[in-house]
Amino acid sequence: MSAAAPATYREAVREAIREALRRDDRVFLMGEDVGRYGGSYAVSAGLLEEFGEERVRDTPLSELTFVGAGIGAALAGMRPIVEVMTINFSLLALDQVVNTAAAMRHMSGGRLGVPLVIRMATGGGRQVAAQHSHSLEAWYAHVPGLRVLAPATIEDARGMLWPALADPDPVVIVEHAGLYNLRGELPPGPAPVDIASAAVRRPGRDVTLVAHGGTVAVAAEAAGRLAAEGVEAEVLDLRVLRPLDRPAILASARRTRRVVVVDEGWRTCGLSAEVAAHVAEEAFYELEAPVARVCGAEVPMPYAGHLERAAMPQADDVVAAVRGLVGGA
Amino acid sequence: MTGRPADGPPGGAGAPAAPSAPAGARDGLALWRRMLLVRRFEETCAELYAAGRIRGFLHLYVGEEAVAAGAMAALGPEDAVVATYREHAHALCRGMPAWSLMAEMLGMAEGCSRGRGGSMHLFDPSRRFYGGNAIVAAGLPTAVGVALADRMRGRRAVTACFFGDGAVAEGAWHESLNLAALWRLPVLFLCENNRYAMGTEITRALAEPRVARLAARYGMPAEAVDGMDVEAVADAAGAAAARVRDGAGPALLELETYRFRAHSMYDAERYRSKAEVARWRRRDPLTVQGDRLRAAGALDDDAAAEAERRVAEEIAAAVAIASAGTPEPVEDLLRFVHAEEAL
Repeated sequence: MSAAAPATYREAVREAIREALRRDDRVFLMGEDVGRYGGSYAVSAGLLEEFGEERVRDTPLSELTFVGAGIGAALAGMRPIVEVMTINFSLLALDQVVNTAAAMRHMSGGRLGVPLVIRMATGGGRQVAAQHSHSLEAWYAHVPGLRVLAPATIEDARGMLWPALADPDPVVIVEHAGLYNLRGELPPGPAPVDIASAAVRRPGRDVTLVAHGGTVAVAAEAAGRLAAEGVEAEVLDLRVLRPLDRPAILASARRTRRVVVVDEGWRTCGLSAEVAAHVAEEAFYELEAPVARVCGAEVPMPYAGHLERAAMPQADDVVAAVRGLVGGA
Repeated sequence: MTGRPADGPPGGAGAPAAPSAPAGARDGLALWRRMLLVRRFEETCAELYAAGRIRGFLHLYVGEEAVAAGAMAALGPEDAVVATYREHAHALCRGMPAWSLMAEMLGMAEGCSRGRGGSMHLFDPSRRFYGGNAIVAAGLPTAVGVALADRMRGRRAVTACFFGDGAVAEGAWHESLNLAALWRLPVLFLCENNRYAMGTEITRALAEPRVARLAARYGMPAEAVDGMDVEAVADAAGAAAARVRDGAGPALLELETYRFRAHSMYDAERYRSKAEVARWRRRDPLTVQGDRLRAAGALDDDAAAEAERRVAEEIAAAVAIASAGTPEPVEDLLRFVHAEEAL
C-alpha cells in the first residue's frame, strides 16, 4: 500500500499481525480459533492460509496453558502473539500473566525477560451479557512488569503491535470489541507508533476528558456537542494504561483546570480512580473544580439493550458531568 | 545491562569448580556425589534458617535427591529445565554454583536472582534453567512453550519439567499434558511423587492417584519408577529423554519418592506418623546408591570420607562467599521490573 487506504480497525489489527509475521520469523500467532475459524472477531481471517499452521496456531480452550506456553516460547527466543478471545476469559490465564510473565524479570534479578504480546477484546455494547462484556484492563494496569496498551484509533491498531513485539517485556493489548468495525484511513506501510505516550485527540481549553479505548469516541462525541454550547473540551486518549503517561495527564489538567475521566470500567478502584487521584495529588490547587468521573455502572453487565446502554458511559453522561464542572458555562 | 559476573565466584575466592559440573554421562559414583552435595547443601540451609540468616519459605528436598540427580544426568546443555519451588537440587544438579544459590538465600546481590527471588526463584538462562516457580503446576505451561519454541527453531532439545504430585490436581497440569501431547512437543514431564501435597496425602487429593496412569490417558508414554534409586531414575530418564529428543512427543515419568523433612520450615508435620517417615528413611537414596557402589567395589570408607570432605569444602566456600556478599542497594529497589534498555 502506498497511500492511506480506507479500512476498519479489524483490518488494521490484521495488517499489523500480517506485517509482523512477514517481518520476523520468531513471530507467531496463537489462540482459540485464530486459524480455521479466522478469529472470533475475524481479526485473523486469511492468515492461516497465508502463513500455515505452524505460525497461526489454533489452541484448545486452555487459556491458562496457551498463555503460559506463550511465556515459555518467549523465554526460549520466540516472539509470540497470544490472542485471548475476551478479557473475561483472560482471567483463566491471570495466574500466568501476573505471577509468571510480569514477575519473571524482577524475580530473576533481571536475568530472564518475557517478550510476549497478549491481545484481547474488552468492553460491552454487543448485548452479550456479563461474561463477555467487562472492561477489566485496570486489573492488568495494576501490575508492575506489564505494559498495557489500548488502541482507540485505526492508526494505533495498526501501529502498536510492532513496537509491542519489540518490547523485551510482556505487553497486554486491549482492543475494545465495539471498535472492530470502526472505519478510517489505514496508514501506508509499517508505521510504528510510540507506545509510551498519551495523545490529545481534540484540543480544548475548558475541560479535559480523559478516555481510552472505547470511551475515546464517547468523549469525542461529547466534546462535539459541548462545542456547540461554547465549551471547548480537550479529549486526551490515554493509549497506554501502564505505565500511564502522567505528564500528559497533568499538562492537560493544568491547561484546562477541569477534568472528567471517562472509563467503561467500574469506578471503584478503577483506572478513573488512579487518574483522578493523580490529578488531585499533583495539581489540586490549579483546578477550578473537583475531578469528575463517568464510569461503568457497578453491576455485572446486563443483557437487555437499554440496561446495557445505561450501564456504559454515554456522551450524554459526559456532557452532564462537564456541565456540572463548568457551572453551566 | 546487569553487570553481573557471569559465573566466577565474586572476588575469585575458590569454590572448587569440579563438583558443580553437570553429572553428564552415567557414572554411579558421580550420581552419588551429586546427591551428597545436595543433601549437605540443604542441611546447611536448614542450619542457616535456624540461625535466622535464611528467611521466608525454605522447602528442602532431603530424601528426594535421586530424582533430581538421576533425571538431570539424562540432559545435555542444549536441553531446558523448568523447576518448582523445591528446586535447590534441580539448580545444583544442573550445574549452578552452590555459592550463587547460597548468596540468593541470604538475599545478596551476588545471588543468582540478585536477592529478588530467594529459595523459591532460582534462575540461570546460561544453563537454560527456567526456575523456580512457586505456583503449583504453573511451570508446566512454561515447559510446553519452551519446547514449542525449540521445535519451531529447529533445536533438538528436551525440556525437562519437574513438578510434584500436588500439581496433578491443578487444571494447568491437565491442560499442559493435553497441549504437549496434541502438538507432540519434546517435553519430559517428571512427577516427583512424594505422596504429599503440603500436608494432604495423595489419596486424599487425587481420584486417580497413579499419576502415570493419568498421563497415559493423554496419549503419552508414562511409567512409574523407583524414585529412591538414582540409577533407576537415570535409566528411565535417559531412555525417555532419548525418545522425546527423537521426536516421539512428550513422555512422563512418575518418580516415587518421599521427603524426609517437613514441607517447609514452618510445617509442624502433624499429618503423618514418625513410623511412616522412618520406614521411608530406610530407603534413603544416598544409602541405596552408597551400598550399591560399595558392593561393586566402587566406594569405600576412605573414598566416602574424601567425598564428604570435598562437598564440605564446596559448601563452606559457598557460605563464605555468600556471607561476604553485598546487599543490593535499596536505591536499586525498582530495577529489573522492565528490561533496563527498554523503551
